[in-house]
This record gives sequence, C-alpha cells and structure tokens, in this order.
Amino acid sequence: MTTLAEMRELTTREYKYGFVTDLETDAVPRGLSEDVIRIISAKKNEPEWLLDWRLKAYRHWLTMEEPRWQNAHYGPIDYQDIIYYSAHKPKVAGPKSLDEVDPEVLAMFNKLGISLAEQGRLSGIAVDAIVDSVSVGTTFKKKLAEVGVIFCSFSEGVQDHPDLIKKYLGSVVPYSDNYFATLNSAVFTDGSFCFIPKGVRCPMELSTYFRINAADTGQFERTLIVAEDAAYVSYLEGCTAPMRDKNQLHAAVVELVALEGAQIKYSTVQNWYPGDKDGKGGIYNFVTKRGKCAGANSKISWTQVETGSAITWKYPSVILQGDNSVGEFYSVALTNNRQQADTGTKMIHIGKNTRSTILSKGISAGHGQNTYRGLVKIMKSAAGARNHTQCDSMLLGEECGAHTFPYIEVKNPTAKVEHEASTSKIGEDQLFYCRQRGIPVEDAVSMIVNGFCREVFKKLPMEFAAEAQKLLGISLEGSVG
Amino acid sequence: MLDIKNLHAKVEGQEILRGIDLRVNAGEVHAIMGPNGSGKSTLAQVLAGREAYDVTGEVLYEGRNLLAMSPEERAVAGIFVAFQYPVEIPGVGNLYFLRTALNAVRKQRGLEELDAMDFLVVAKERMKLVEMDQSFMNRSVNEGFSGGEKKRNEIFQMAVLEPKLAILDETDSGLDIDALRVVAAGVNALRSKDRAMLVITHYQRLLDYIVPDRVHVIANGRIVRSGDKDLALELEKHGYADLDQKAVARMSLTPGATA
Repeated sequence: MTTLAEMRELTTREYKYGFVTDLETDAVPRGLSEDVIRIISAKKNEPEWLLDWRLKAYRHWLTMEEPRWQNAHYGPIDYQDIIYYSAHKPKVAGPKSLDEVDPEVLAMFNKLGISLAEQGRLSGIAVDAIVDSVSVGTTFKKKLAEVGVIFCSFSEGVQDHPDLIKKYLGSVVPYSDNYFATLNSAVFTDGSFCFIPKGVRCPMELSTYFRINAADTGQFERTLIVAEDAAYVSYLEGCTAPMRDKNQLHAAVVELVALEGAQIKYSTVQNWYPGDKDGKGGIYNFVTKRGKCAGANSKISWTQVETGSAITWKYPSVILQGDNSVGEFYSVALTNNRQQADTGTKMIHIGKNTRSTILSKGISAGHGQNTYRGLVKIMKSAAGARNHTQCDSMLLGEECGAHTFPYIEVKNPTAKVEHEASTSKIGEDQLFYCRQRGIPVEDAVSMIVNGFCREVFKKLPMEFAAEAQKLLGISLEGSVG
Repeated sequence: MLDIKNLHAKVEGQEILRGIDLRVNAGEVHAIMGPNGSGKSTLAQVLAGREAYDVTGEVLYEGRNLLAMSPEERAVAGIFVAFQYPVEIPGVGNLYFLRTALNAVRKQRGLEELDAMDFLVVAKERMKLVEMDQSFMNRSVNEGFSGGEKKRNEIFQMAVLEPKLAILDETDSGLDIDALRVVAAGVNALRSKDRAMLVITHYQRLLDYIVPDRVHVIANGRIVRSGDKDLALELEKHGYADLDQKAVARMSLTPGATA
C-alpha cells in the first residue's frame, strides 16, 4: 500500500541532541572497586557516614544478581568497563556563581535549548544543570532561598545541609532496594536536592537537566525532594545524551517525601539517545523512582514522557502511607526502531482511604517493544482504598509489540480496584480521513498519536507540554505502516 | 472540471466499478443514485484516493491525472469528500484539526497560514451555515457526536475548506427531517459557479432540498441512466428494481454491450 511505502520512506530519524562537547575532564579510572568509591567520596569531600553508607551498598551489591525478568533483551553489561566518575574541569576552580561557569558548558546548554541565564525564555523555572557526574550550576538559588526553599546539587546539599540529607537519604529507596538502586547508592555522583519547608508553596517550577557528555561514562545521579507539611512543589527533569555506538548506563535513583498535606508533582521528559535504527548504541535507562506519601492528605503525582533510551526500565511508584493520601501516575512511553521499554508503576496502599490513579499510554512503532508493568497493592490496613488503572496501547506497523502485565493484590475487602486496558492499531480510516482533508501522512500520524496521549500531556506543566508534543512528533518520524 | 473515462475499480479481486464515464463542469450539481451495492460509495472513495482499490481508466481533474495524485494532493487541489461514516479521532480538537487542514490547503494555494485567532473568526462565521453549536468546537473530532452531528460537521468542514469539487457521500443517511433541512441549506449556500458537486444518495428525498442539474443512476458498477431532476422522481415512483430490469434489458439490446 502506498501509505506503508510512504511511511517507510521517512525512516531516517534525526536525534538532534546527539552532539558531543569537547570538555576537559577529570575522571576516575575505569571500573568499580572500594577504592573507586573512596575516591569519589573524597573528591566530594563527603562525611564519614556517607562513605560508610556507600560501602555498605557496594558490599551488598556484590551479593546481588542483575535482574533479567524485565521484558527486554540486551547483552551482558561489563561493570568494570564503565567510568563511574567524570567531571569536566572548570576553568575557574569551583565556580561559585553562574557567571563563572565555563562558557563551553553554557554554550552546550544553549544548544540544548536550556538557558542558564536567570532571564530569558525559561525565566519562571529554576534549573540545576548536571553534566556527566557533576552539577555545573543552579539558577535562582537566591530567590528560592528567600522563601526558605533549598534547591541545589546533591553534593552541595551534603556539604550545606548534612542533617536533612542524613535524615531522608535512603528513607524511600533503601540502599539494598534492588540491583541498580544499590549500585547507584554505592557510586552516585550528583543530582539535585530540593527541600520545601512547612507551609511554603514553591514560587517557581524546579527542574534538573541531565546531560551525559563523556564517553564510556555511566551517569548515576540521585535526586531527593522533601516537601514538609502543606508544602507544594512542581519539579521537572529533562535528559539528553550524545549519539554513540556503545551503550551507556544510566542508573538513577529519585526519592520523594511528602509530609502531611504536602504535594509533589514530578514530571519527566526523557529523551536519552535511543540508539540508531538498527539498535546500535543508546542509553540503558535503569531507574528507580519512588515517592512516599508519609503524611495524611499528601499527594504525589508522577508524569512521564519517555521517548528516548535504547532500553527504559522504570516504575515511578508511590507508597501511600498517610491516610487519605493520593498517588498518581501518568505516562506516555514511545518505542520506535529497536527501542524497548518496560515501564509502569507501583501503588502501595497502606493508609485508610488512600487513592491512586494510573493512566498509561504506550505507543509502539518500527520494531519497538513496549511493556506496561504495574502493581496495585492494597494492604490490610488500607480500608476504603481506591485505584483506577487505565492502560492503552497503540501499535503503528506490523513488527512492533505491546504487552501489559498488571499485578493486583488486595488484602482489604473494602477496597475498590478498577483496571481497564485497550490495544488499538492506528486506524487506516483515521489516517485516510486526515489525508482527505489535506494533512500529510506524517503530520496525520503525529496528530493522531498526540490525541491519544492528550490526557497525559494535560498533566505536564504548560511550558513542557508543547515540547513533549513536538518531541513525540520527531520520535515518530517515519515509524509507521 | 472532472472527466471520468472508463473507470474500473476492484477490491480483493471483485470488480465494483465496471466502466464509469462521467463529466462534471464547474457550477454543476450532479446527483448519483443507485441501489445498495451498486458502486456509488466506491466511486467517492476512488475519487478521494482510497488505496484499497485496484483502479484502471482515466480521471482528469482540471486537466490533471487525478489517479496519480495522493489523497492529500487531491485534497489540497480542491477535492473534498463528505464521508458517509466520518471517523472519530480521540484527543484531537475539532478546531485544531480543521485549522491544520485549512492551512495545508492555503499553503498549496499560496496563501498565508491562519493563526488560531484568525481561524476562529472564519470558523464561527461558517458554523452558522449548519447551525452548529459552538460547544462542538472544543470537542474531539467527531468523538461522541450523534450521526446527525457528524454529518453537520462534514458540511461545516466543507464550508471552511471551500473545495472546488465536493463529493457528498450519502450525507442524508441517518438524518431526521430537520437535520436534513439544515444540512441541505448549508450545501445550497455553498453552491457557486466555480464549484462542482457530486451528491451521492440512495433516496430522492435529499434532492427535494438540493436540486441537481443532472441525475445519474448507477447499477452494477455502471451508469445506466442519466437525466435531469425528473429522473429522480421517476425512480422514487418505480424503485430501483424496476429500473434494474429495464436497464439490463436495454443494455443487452445495445450492440456491442456485454454483460
């Protein structure tokens, strides 16, 4: 059919963030050992307790086996062939203000469309910019400090707010949690730390932009967000990496803590390099994200748009401990070419009248494989708990796949759990209708898929919803048949 | 404007159109009538560029070889089909969809693209033609629309896109008498000396409201009779069954014709 042929013709997919910036770096030797961990910890001038925590994690990791239950296929990962710490060498030793940030780094971020100037396009958003293993700068720190909000790199957090870090680090994702989270606990290098004190509504969006630049480097960042009683914060992360033939590992951990009446809204637009159309190269995105609604009436909301990475393996989850707390998960995952995604969420209901909503939209194109895996667990204590899950999959073409693995465990008879799922192929009729109105195939596909994802995009902060739509269009180019 | 010669169309090996000849000039309204399964809707689909059909013959549209054009090329060249079963596109706003379509057409015509505000002015004005409620604008394309609302939406789109050749495929089916009157009034308002229309219908009823210049009857994939508007009335009286027999009888008497 012509449609098929035309669509196939468009298979050249451009990853426009695939450039490399030539930065002078300070890296530790390749491979992993207690010595490497000691070096990382020393470079960061960490307190003894944190080094001990890392070593405890490392020793535990040595006893663990890499999980292979996920619905994704990839070759063995050589953990001794990864560089665990790579920092670009600042021209000025330890830049204290944004004015001192290496111009080459600023230029790199400008090229990515992220301005580290405190004026301009993203002027309503504070940014922590992380390249490989270190934060290169955080904007609006002063303005945020005026209302008591702490927003800084994790490393700075360790130096300036050790008590808070000590109190909350590992409180949601313990060092022994799972293979990749444990590895992260041993070798994590940087990330962001946000603390919103009691009663404060964070006056701007906070965001972290992760950039992998150096070759053969793994990025192991750790983000911790704490919202005290009745605090509110909206946080966004974005990520890109250069195009390389070799796979790079990205094993991050994100922990969120919401105390009584607090709300955390966490949005991700993930656009790591996905590999080429034959599946060569790309990022292994093996991430542990979890939030704890520790206080009553608290709320944690995850929104993710996953279009990049060779393999995505993540389940942003919520532990609903406080009574009446609310957990939400809104996801769009797109796999094109040889990409594989195994993603979903876990909602653990512990408190009374806790509520969770799961809305997952999976789009598979090319040879992409897309799996939704989700757990809804209602504990005995969670009287009156409710969950609604909706998983929709859309297939574009004949050679892709969509899979759904919902796990439901209910131990309280008063709970209500609903699960809806659908799988559809992009309709020839819909496409033809658009084309008869003069809309070219490529635009029509993008329009129909965007419509399919609209409920999720609506949850993104306004500034990013448009970018997410555009990204989806680019990622889909030439994908369908 | 449109010149169809010996048009054949097959789907899955089955021949649906068996040699259609038809000429439509600018400013004319032609009605295509015929029983179910006669090939009326197939003709609309083939003219729109539906790829499921294996098509032979010749179709010239403004002197261009229509059959070599993609569906979107035909659309921007001014061909519009009001579908019998308009599809739903969840999550895509009706207005956004239509603006994208209009801008594709405008681009082809060398006109500037309209932004959301300018488009809204055009849309609001054209909505009046089909007495459409503004709330439709913010809903997804055809999603949750009743049959009648979908048909109105098609005519509304036609009013916005201002095609040169409009093909209305059973626009009257599923409409009650009030909706039919509204839709027909919309269509009549769009009649002009530069625009041609092919009105495909099973029933004569629609032609009380949209009075055609010519009426053609399709049976078994061929045009078996052509005439003026009175032909439709005749059909109403005697039905297609009667006509089929007459047509077949006449054709078998025509020298050189094979069944």
